[in-house]
Amino acid sequence: MNQTVNAMGDACPIPVVKTKNAIKEMGAEGGCVETLVDNEIAVQNLIKMANQKGYPVQSEKLEQNKYRVVMTIGTEKAAESEVKDEAVCIPDRRADNTVVVISSPYMGEGDDALGAVLMKGFIYAISQQDTLPATMLFYNGGAKLTCEDAPTLEDLKSLEAQGVEILTCGTCLNHYGLTEKLQVGTVTNMYVIAEKMTQASLIVKP
Amino acid sequence: MAEEIVFCRGGGCTAKLGAGVLSRVLSCLPKGAHDENLLVGYDSRDDAAVYRVSDDLAIVQTLDFFPPMIDDPYLFGQIAAANALSDIYAMGGEVKTALNIVCFPEKMDLNLLGEIMRGGSEKVIEAGAALVGGHSIADDSVKYGLSVMGTIHPEKVYANNRGQAGDVLILTKKLGVGIVCTANRVGEASKEAMDEAIRSMTTLNKYAAEICANYDVHACTDVTGFGFLGHLHEMLDGRLSARIRSKDVPVIAEALHHADEFLLTAAGQRNRNHTQPFVTFRNIPFAMEEVLLDPQTSGGLLIAVEPVQAEELKQELQKAGLPARIVGELTNRTDPEILVV
Repeated sequence: MNQTVNAMGDACPIPVVKTKNAIKEMGAEGGCVETLVDNEIAVQNLIKMANQKGYPVQSEKLEQNKYRVVMTIGTEKAAESEVKDEAVCIPDRRADNTVVVISSPYMGEGDDALGAVLMKGFIYAISQQDTLPATMLFYNGGAKLTCEDAPTLEDLKSLEAQGVEILTCGTCLNHYGLTEKLQVGTVTNMYVIAEKMTQASLIVKP
Repeated sequence: MAEEIVFCRGGGCTAKLGAGVLSRVLSCLPKGAHDENLLVGYDSRDDAAVYRVSDDLAIVQTLDFFPPMIDDPYLFGQIAAANALSDIYAMGGEVKTALNIVCFPEKMDLNLLGEIMRGGSEKVIEAGAALVGGHSIADDSVKYGLSVMGTIHPEKVYANNRGQAGDVLILTKKLGVGIVCTANRVGEASKEAMDEAIRSMTTLNKYAAEICANYDVHACTDVTGFGFLGHLHEMLDGRLSARIRSKDVPVIAEALHHADEFLLTAAGQRNRNHTQPFVTFRNIPFAMEEVLLDPQTSGGLLIAVEPVQAEELKQELQKAGLPARIVGELTNRTDPEILVV
């Protein structure tokens, strides 16, 4: 099934958004999507998307301020084999995609004073492992550990310096009034937290 | 009230003309007689002009205005003002007076304009300056900004192009506000990411600039419409090169996700075209490339500082609550001009 998207007069990123929607509607069988735009930069942004997605793409100038970009979308079967190829190319990253999830300032249940000491020790121990996690997620009470005055800051900064992504839940920082006090890593949201956890090869939760 | 702002075709610094187009036009302009008191003009493509009035006093002038990039008129006013004031801070100056620049449709609700100007004047007050007038035009879409005058000691001007090989580069705000605002326009940005972007854009560069005054800063610029790499290129001045460690660059995390969904601006693509000849990306994910090219509205300061002072300056900036990071360093000129690893 072929589709035509009229994005004349639309500013970026609307031509790309409309084209993505057309591809989605096309479903499993694939086909060609022709997008009409009125400027060269929009053409370039469409080609950029096609190249990233691996869709064959062609473009031509039809007249002054009118361009056509045509992408060929493979069938779902072809897409599946592409995904398989990709997976073969990046086995290492997948294998190392460990995510550490910290949901409390304390490790274990019982005495919180002990739990705090254990948690500090745990984060230090993580920083000393041969293989570091890809990402550390901090939410609910765990969010306190990435903020001012936390005993874990030094080790977390060292982990971050070694390329570990440190993400703290923004809603949680807000809830505890810590938004301005984050000292390490960046603020994240539930979308990213869910994505990191579902795509992890291993989740470590002390 | 929010839906009454007619959405412009991409607001904020994404509305800037491309750097390539602009240099062509500027290079064709007639030049007047040389004035030795003009310390910084547009020849250096610096953030603001500096004119020496006496041996110990120079004035810094700049203006900046643009269409809204968010729905909320009050926050838009704050952001536009913080962005305009920033150019004075990027020169190391102190803000003294500001004039409003307003374009507003006659038929639109005047309360919206009131909110925009309230946001703007609050930022001018926070900057310690006086709002002393302005000019307004009936136009078919909303635009707002400031013309700002500041003062500076003529020998303490931070040019954007006097960095030295070995200098360490510090960036004081996260990148990605352009992409997050673009995602927001099509309903894809989370509230957390938008809040973070707005907090960043409404933060005055005043606080970073005040801290810089205690260090040997060789060059400074604010990261705005030409993106991090575009402004870095101007800083290198054809004399220097730079090496950037992408993992150290502060980024609004969600911007990477939206970049992978191709929620990208025309201005970002123009920045890519403009910077292509002198940037080499070494194994950088596509989304990170886009963030490094993303036009920033009211972006942070990019500082080239004496290497031995860099760590301490960074820590001072972080203590002030800024997400400042050391992102790379300047080197002698080599090829490529900018290497991103």
